[in-house]
Order: sequence, then structure tokens, then C-alpha cells
Amino acid sequence: MLLECSDLSVSYGKIAAVRGVSLQIAEGQIVTIVGPNGAGKSTLLSALMGLLPCSGPVAYFGRARKPAPSTEALVRLGLGLIPENRELFAPMSIDDNLRLGAFDRWRAGARDMEASLAEVFALFPRLEERRAQPAGTLSGGERQMLAIGRALMGRPKLLMLDEPSLGLAPLIVRDIFEIIKSLRARGVSVLLIEQNARAAINISDYGYVMEAGEFVLQGSAAELANNAKVIETYLGVSSAAKAES
Amino acid sequence: MNSFVASYLIQEGITNGAIYCLLAVAILLVFSVTRIIFIPQGEFVSYAALTYAALREGKLPGTVGFTLALVSVMVGARLLRGIAEGNLRHSLLEALKSALLPLLVAVVVFASAPYVLPAAVDALLAIALVTANGPLIYAIVYQPLAKSSTLVLLIVSMALHLVLVEFGLFFFGPGGARTEPLLDLSFSIGSLPVPAQSLAIYLAAAVLILGLFLFSERTLYGKALRAAAINPLGARLMGVSSTMAGSVAFAASAFIGAVCGVLVSSVTTIYYDTGFVLGLKGFVAAVIGGFVSYPLAALGALAVGLMESFSAFYASQYKETIVFTLIIPVLLWRSMRRRGTPEEDH
Ligand SMILES: Nc1ncnc2c1ncn2[C@@H]1O[C@H](COP(=O)(O)OP(=O)(O)O)[C@@H](O)[C@H]1O
Ligand SMILES: [Mg+2]
Repeated sequence: MLLECSDLSVSYGKIAAVRGVSLQIAEGQIVTIVGPNGAGKSTLLSALMGLLPCSGPVAYFGRARKPAPSTEALVRLGLGLIPENRELFAPMSIDDNLRLGAFDRWRAGARDMEASLAEVFALFPRLEERRAQPAGTLSGGERQMLAIGRALMGRPKLLMLDEPSLGLAPLIVRDIFEIIKSLRARGVSVLLIEQNARAAINISDYGYVMEAGEFVLQGSAAELANNAKVIETYLGVSSAAKAES
Repeated sequence: MNSFVASYLIQEGITNGAIYCLLAVAILLVFSVTRIIFIPQGEFVSYAALTYAALREGKLPGTVGFTLALVSVMVGARLLRGIAEGNLRHSLLEALKSALLPLLVAVVVFASAPYVLPAAVDALLAIALVTANGPLIYAIVYQPLAKSSTLVLLIVSMALHLVLVEFGLFFFGPGGARTEPLLDLSFSIGSLPVPAQSLAIYLAAAVLILGLFLFSERTLYGKALRAAAINPLGARLMGVSSTMAGSVAFAASAFIGAVCGVLVSSVTTIYYDTGFVLGLKGFVAAVIGGFVSYPLAALGALAVGLMESFSAFYASQYKETIVFTLIIPVLLWRSMRRRGTPEEDH
């Protein structure tokens, strides 16, 4: 297992935002968490990335680790997170943003910067055309591409994406999902959070439905796609229309 | 005033301005990376000058004791935190890692103090020892407060300044120190004699500022530091911890202060508390730069230096007053320009 937690809770002060959640991600899998706004999805990712303290042990890459590793240590172990608002370095160039994605590996002695850059540019040719441009001047879709490219520069084993399609045009959303799907072939497993449940479940192996801080449903992608409640709440006509529009 | 006096005053003003410029750059660097307004920047200047002077005289500088004290406090604090958090081994390892370099430098300085070494070697030793103190001070004082507001950090900086001045008195004594110039030469431009030390100061300022620029624009470490200043969360997700960035920023700030200290120690007599006034003038320059703009701060530093040397000529007892009054129109101008733009919450 790349990541395994059981009975994990996260609170902001007295308010429990995530309550007793158990999650498993195996190597080569794309796992999706769907759920409404405020369900606690982003909070869960932050906690898994070591950005928030949580109760309940998390095993990363097959080993329970105590005390809970810092974010920096998790990056070193091969965990990546693309947060909801991307957290790019806006005044810096695309090139610099990408290079910084490999900072930790570079510090650890890896010297494959140019090759990694070439790989990312092969995936996102648009970024290469604009490589000298400041990240802050990019369109929403390009920013998401840069965020994914920057994360890939770190060669993560497990990449967590928080609503990568949020606020993007439908055509670009399709591209982004294609790219996420192709990550598996690069040896990157994925934990995906999405409001666009149909597209997410389509590319996933396994999924969880999160509501009010808890997992209310889980199953293989096929099971979820055929589950009456999921169809009604997340894949229904209205939400499908929303995803298409 | 004749033109000779004027050009002499200008030369002196630029020399001082170059020092203030370096200190302003250090203050800006620390602020941009850590949000700390580092009042004690000038203390690095006195410490380095007094260290260098002691080494020149073949005496053991008080800085060695000071560094050892800092190292013990840092290790002790880390261990206590390690016990509290239940990861003693990890803390011990981290503490020893941070202690290694300062201890090494302290030992080298300790061993070489009694010998008469070339001035350049003494200068390097003094700079290395003071530079090692930067990250130690960050680790002891600021790192535990990383999540505090700028105001809290400012108050802590004030307190730290007072503490460091007292430590300066304790470790170096009340006597002043003045050293021979590194290069005892003098050039003249027209009829104006320019001491080599002034040239050394211009040169050091130019090289350091160019070096910092290249470091932050051309090296991955420099970019990581900028990234941490621009977006701490984004940087953290790339494995750039704010602790590491803070540590590097403090090392750079101590290094810059130490270089200034070695350079000015041959221009003026330095006491344990002289650095503060120098640092404060760098601070004024940084304020002129709005605490964000390096070029404006550099111009401000030159303005402060020139203002100071001319007011020393015309109204010498008011020279500091005049310089520090400079900050009032600047603040007025800045606050006028800012009206209507919402105050950044940080
Ligand atoms: N920094 C915070 N402080 C306090 N409460 C928060 C904070 N961030 C999120 N919350 C609360 O935690 C709950 C879960 O939020 P979040 O994880 O962002 O949900 P989701 O990503 O599923 O939309 C929400 O009720 C939200 O109001
Ligand atoms: Mg969210």
C-alpha cells in the first residue's frame, strides 16, 4: 500500500472537519474522493500531506511512521500534493516554477533537471512555448498544467490532486483528466478529489464518497457508477449537465 | 564650502552609504523570507569588528564564548522540545547537525587566535564565526515563533537587540577597537584622496549585491529562497521548508553584517554598541525602499550616507537627528501613496 490510514480525524480547534476516515491506496491505482463542498476533502489531503495535525496513524509507502512525518519529509518520500488553488510562484517564470518542483530531488543529489524538464514539456508543449513567462500571467488551464508539471518534476510515487478541474473550461477539463489518467503509465499513483464526479469515476479504480467529514460510501469505480445514490446525487442529470457546461 | 570639501563629504557619504546599503539589503532579505523585522542587524557589525580586532591583536575574541553559549542553548532547547514531542532521537540528530558547523568554526578560531596570521585570514575567520551565529540566533529565538505576527516578531527583535548589546558588553568589554586597513594604500581622483579602504567598501558592496542578485536569480537555492518568500505553502510542497529558508536568510544577513564590520573597523572605532546606529541607518534605507524594493533601498542608503556627511559638516551635533528625521517625510509620502489600497494582512 502506498498510503493507508484508519480512523483518521482532523479538527480545526473544536470543530471536527474529518471524522474517523479509513483510506487505502495501492500502487498503480487512481483513487477518487467525491463529495459536496465543505465535506472535508481538502482538509483530509492537508492532513495526509502533514500540513495539519491529525489523530490516527498514517502508513506511507508501506511503513507506519511515528512521529507523523513533516511535509518536507513526505515530499522526500515521494508524496506530492497539488492544492485547490495551485500555490504557484506567481512572479517567477514557468521555467523556474518547474525547476523548483525538482528542488528536493536536486538537493538530494539528482542531476536530471534537463531531462525532467523535457518530459514535462513533452506532456505540456504549451508550457515550453511560454517558459520565460511569469506564472501569474497564465490562464486557468495553463496554471493547472504548470501545477501538474511542477509536481511531476518531483517524480512523486503518489500524487494528490485537489479539484484539478475547478474553474476550467470543459475542453481543458477533458485534457486534464486524460493527463491524470496517463500518470499511471508513468508510475504515478493518484488520489483525486473532484466535484466533477462522472469524469473522476470514469478514470478511477476505486472511489469514496465523503459527506460531512465521513466516508459514507466506497467501492470500485464500476460499483459507484452503478450505485443508485451516487447516480442520483453525483451523476444525475443535473450534475451531469453541470459537468458538461 | 569649497569644492574640495564638498567632494570629500561626498566621498565619505558614499562610503557610509555603501555600508548602509549592505545592511539595508540584509534587513530586506530577512524580512522578505521570514517577515521578521530584524533590528539587531547592526549587532553582527559590532561583533565582527570586535572579533576581527581581537584576532589582529592575537587575543581570543569573545565571540567564541558567545557561539558556544548559543550552541548549548540551541541544543538544549531542541532536546527539551524533542522530549516534549516524544521524538528525542530525531531532535538530537537535528540539533547536532545544526551545531556541527558553528562548533567547527569556533574551534578553528580558538586554535588560531594566539597566532599572528595575515589580516585577510583573520578577516575570514571573523566573518565565518559571526556568520555561523546567524542561523543559531534564528533557531533559538525565531524558529519557535514562526507562526507569530509581524508585530510579535518585531517586539522580539527589539528585545533581542537589547540582549545582544548586553552580551556584546559582556563578551567584548566596554573598550573600542580600531584596526589597520586591510589595504593601506591611498589613491587620488583629481585632488581628492580616496583611501583604499573606501574603495574596498565600494567593491565589497558591489560584489555582495551582485552576488546576492546572482544567487537569487541564477541558483536553485536562491530561487527556493525567493519561492519561500513569495509563497511559503507552495515552497513547502516542493520540500523547501520555511525553517531552512529562514536559516539561510539569517546566515546571509549575518554574513553581510560581518563583512561590513570588518570593513568599517578600519574607518571608525567600533564599540560593542556601535553597530546598532549603523544598523538603524540601514533600517531607514530599507524603510525608504518600502521594505520591498532593493534598488530604492540602495538609493535610500546613499541618501542617508550623503545626508549624514553633509549634516556632520554643517550641524555636527544634529547629524543623527537629521538622518533619522529623514524617515518622517518618507513615511508620509508612502502612507499617502498607500491610501485607498487595503492594508495587506500579514
Ligand atoms: N482553516 C480552517 N479553519 C476552520 N475551519 C475550516 C478551515 N478550513 C476548512 N474549514 C471547515 O472544515 C470543513 C471542511 O472544509 P474543506 O476540507 O475545505 O471541505 P471540501 O474540500 O470538501 O470542500 C468545512 O466545514 C470548512 O468550513
Ligand atoms: Mg476543497
